[in-house]
Amino acid sequence: MNAHISRLNAHISRRDFAAGLGGIVVAFTLAPKFAAGQQAAALPGSLNGNRMLDAWIRIAADGSATVCTGKVELGQGIATALKQIAAEELDLPLERVHMIAGDTEKTPNEGFTSGSQSIENGGVALRLAGAEVRAILLDLAAKRLGVDAASLAVADGVISTYDGRKVTYADLAEGANLHREVSAKAKPKSPSAHRIVGKSIARVDIPAKVTGGVAYVQDLRLPGMLHGRVVRPPGYGAKLEAIDDAKIKAMPGVVAVVRDGSFLGVIAEREEQAIRASVALGKAASWIAGPPLPDQAALYDHLLSLPDEPHVISEKQTALPESVRTIEATYHRPYTCHAAIGPSCAVAQFTDGKMTVWTHSQGVFPLRGNLAMALKLPPERVHCIHAEGSGCYGHNGADDVALDAALLARAAPGGRPVRLQWMRGDEFGWEPFGPAMVMKAKAALSADGRIVDWNYDVWTNTHSTRPDPRGNNLLASWYLAEPQKPAPPAVIPQPAGGGDRNAVPLYDFPRQRVVHHFIREMPLRVSALRTLGAYANVFAMESFMDELALAAGVDPVAFRLAHLKDPRARAVIEAVARKAGWKARERSGGGKGRGIGFAKYKNLATYVAVIADVEVDAASGKVAVPRAWAAADSGLIINPDGLANQIEGGIIQSTSWTLHEEVKFASTGIKSRDWLSYPILTMPEVPKVEVELINRPEERSLGAGEASQGPMAAAIANAFAAATGKRVRELPLTPERVKAVMRG
Amino acid sequence: MAVSLKVNGAMRSAPAEADTPLLYVLRNDLELNGAKFGCGLAQCGACTVLVDGKPVRSCVTEVGSIGQSEVTTLEGLGTAAKPHPLQHAFMDEQAAQCGYCISGMIMSAKALLDQNPHPTEAQVRDGLAGNLCRCGTHGRIIRAVLKASNAIRRI
Repeated sequence: MNAHISRLNAHISRRDFAAGLGGIVVAFTLAPKFAAGQQAAALPGSLNGNRMLDAWIRIAADGSATVCTGKVELGQGIATALKQIAAEELDLPLERVHMIAGDTEKTPNEGFTSGSQSIENGGVALRLAGAEVRAILLDLAAKRLGVDAASLAVADGVISTYDGRKVTYADLAEGANLHREVSAKAKPKSPSAHRIVGKSIARVDIPAKVTGGVAYVQDLRLPGMLHGRVVRPPGYGAKLEAIDDAKIKAMPGVVAVVRDGSFLGVIAEREEQAIRASVALGKAASWIAGPPLPDQAALYDHLLSLPDEPHVISEKQTALPESVRTIEATYHRPYTCHAAIGPSCAVAQFTDGKMTVWTHSQGVFPLRGNLAMALKLPPERVHCIHAEGSGCYGHNGADDVALDAALLARAAPGGRPVRLQWMRGDEFGWEPFGPAMVMKAKAALSADGRIVDWNYDVWTNTHSTRPDPRGNNLLASWYLAEPQKPAPPAVIPQPAGGGDRNAVPLYDFPRQRVVHHFIREMPLRVSALRTLGAYANVFAMESFMDELALAAGVDPVAFRLAHLKDPRARAVIEAVARKAGWKARERSGGGKGRGIGFAKYKNLATYVAVIADVEVDAASGKVAVPRAWAAADSGLIINPDGLANQIEGGIIQSTSWTLHEEVKFASTGIKSRDWLSYPILTMPEVPKVEVELINRPEERSLGAGEASQGPMAAAIANAFAAATGKRVRELPLTPERVKAVMRG
Repeated sequence: MAVSLKVNGAMRSAPAEADTPLLYVLRNDLELNGAKFGCGLAQCGACTVLVDGKPVRSCVTEVGSIGQSEVTTLEGLGTAAKPHPLQHAFMDEQAAQCGYCISGMIMSAKALLDQNPHPTEAQVRDGLAGNLCRCGTHGRIIRAVLKASNAIRRI
């Protein structure tokens, strides 16, 4: 069973709940102490910041292992993949490895679970720690049995000599001192010895999810739990002028109305009572409007009019040959929602001066910091425990709702816990959106049809305003009677990048200049949405590659290969072309077309090439995407089915972004507030997806959760161009926009 | 004020007003996790349960309107140890990412298969058109429903 689910279960009954709070407290240090001036050697992955072996793995008296990870399940199967890695190195069966994930009092601090880095950083840490624990146990066994450690065999926690003598992990657990610094010297298994890694192990969380077991923070029920709701202002920056809450306090079940400056909420005995009271409270409140939002019709001009800081992120200057053709294009991407199916939720309890928060945050430690700041508590008086929420595709309302719940819990009588789930309109109206972007591309083609010069400029805001020690990034903290200030927006540096993620082409151009225009002022609240800038940059660059291929009169697949040396990049393009039966220079036309898109995510992670088929109905402007194919190379594959699920999921989510999604707003506030005003892809529209995985056991495992979105967007746009002879450069491909392009 | 209703074959009562949405009674009083709050607007399908075999959105259905009808939730189909063929097929196909929509998907699929035991893929897609999924698990969900349809055929 998944560790956090068992933790949730541990809180279901009153007796267990009390034991969980007052029972055994396991204390261990997460960092060794160094003498003054002594510098610790760098360790790989997340080991570097969490250097004690027993912070990661402990062996129980029964020989089972408890594995602690700071990387949390976000709905993408990471809990299963990390468990596979640990079980593999420990030579234990999966059922004897117990995972604890994301708990500020129990697990290593691995920052955020984001950026497709859980396998790369968290997985590496568990692999090396697991190998080291196994080596320690083998050494102990060798001493006890009087043989050389290298002569011993291990299977399922039982160590055997060649002549059949055995000692188990349970026998050795007491004598094994794991409270030591990780050396990272024990050699992990070679891929050829893997028995668990590389297998499509069924996900540990799915049985509960398909049978109604406790699976989410939304399912948490604590004894005496109350229900809370917040009343958000009508728009950003509005101030609560007056509230007559006498009638609301008299409503059935209402326990308290909580006001702190312009933060307004209500606590009630029952959930429906809290909802009714919050609606009444909203009607009783009068607000002073904040500053107006820009005109959506002129959004991109507005963005370009704001001051920007240009960062040249790639420059190669050689002499430009004569007789070149220059081609230019500008692309746009709107604000996009995370739009999880379940609105954000948290449960908080304030007892004896300590705040405990169950949260689906991507980073329980950074969240703790900002919660402590807002609550004016020392961080050690705030305990954040991860529990899964609805799908997480980046920085959504998870952290904000944790503060909302904590503010209500602080006002709850008798230390009663408060569960707070945002309403649908709160989620759409207040989540930080994926930022709008403007991309301008300009390239020169030589007489023989090669790209000889490439210029690319991208304008956008920061792509991360997550909880941050430099300020308070939690929504409610800005509305308190003593408002707190958000951290100043920051550039996420290359090579991963933020808004400029994937803006540096992987293609080999002799001459190029790429500029990231960082815009500080944020007209709408923004933060990390899956892929950050990569989705739009890959959409723009891969669209532009097709525009150039067309101008050069070269087939798009051949044109890409002609500019690409990286053999792994070439391999995914060739594989997907084979899989889809790509025919050179095929122009099906007549409203049907096929297109390709490619990227190596972040220029550091999984390689993905996608081919999509589209059908365009010129009369209605509707675009259908019946089929898509992908080829992906993530290095050593941990769980093939889990990887395929990620690539498929990214393709389908990207289809939704690309065809439908755009946050609507007016000067007074956000207008996308439900699934009618923010439609997403529905079941009948979903493409059939086939994925081919290229396993490379000798290459390190690469993150894949965000790898296919950019290529899919480009594949759709390129297929649209093949189908119609027209180019859509502004997302999404809504019927109105398509009709306008078809007329133009 | 208390309401009584038949859920998953048993009579249950809850200290709720008659105009309380069924969803909150199921989740908070009867401690059934299956149905989820998604929108409260009958737009997303996460709260879908069956009332006398028909799919309804429990977020906008007043508990007092249930009367003598029988409510079936995800928990009424089977358990992790003894799953219903639909639940079994969803596990087999690993048809979940975050899984928040899955209860609603399975309940809508149950209603579909009860009406049409052998749907085509297009009929499955249409039958689930009112259930939103955000992770992009749709392809697996469709395969799971078709697989369950075949399994039920064999019973």
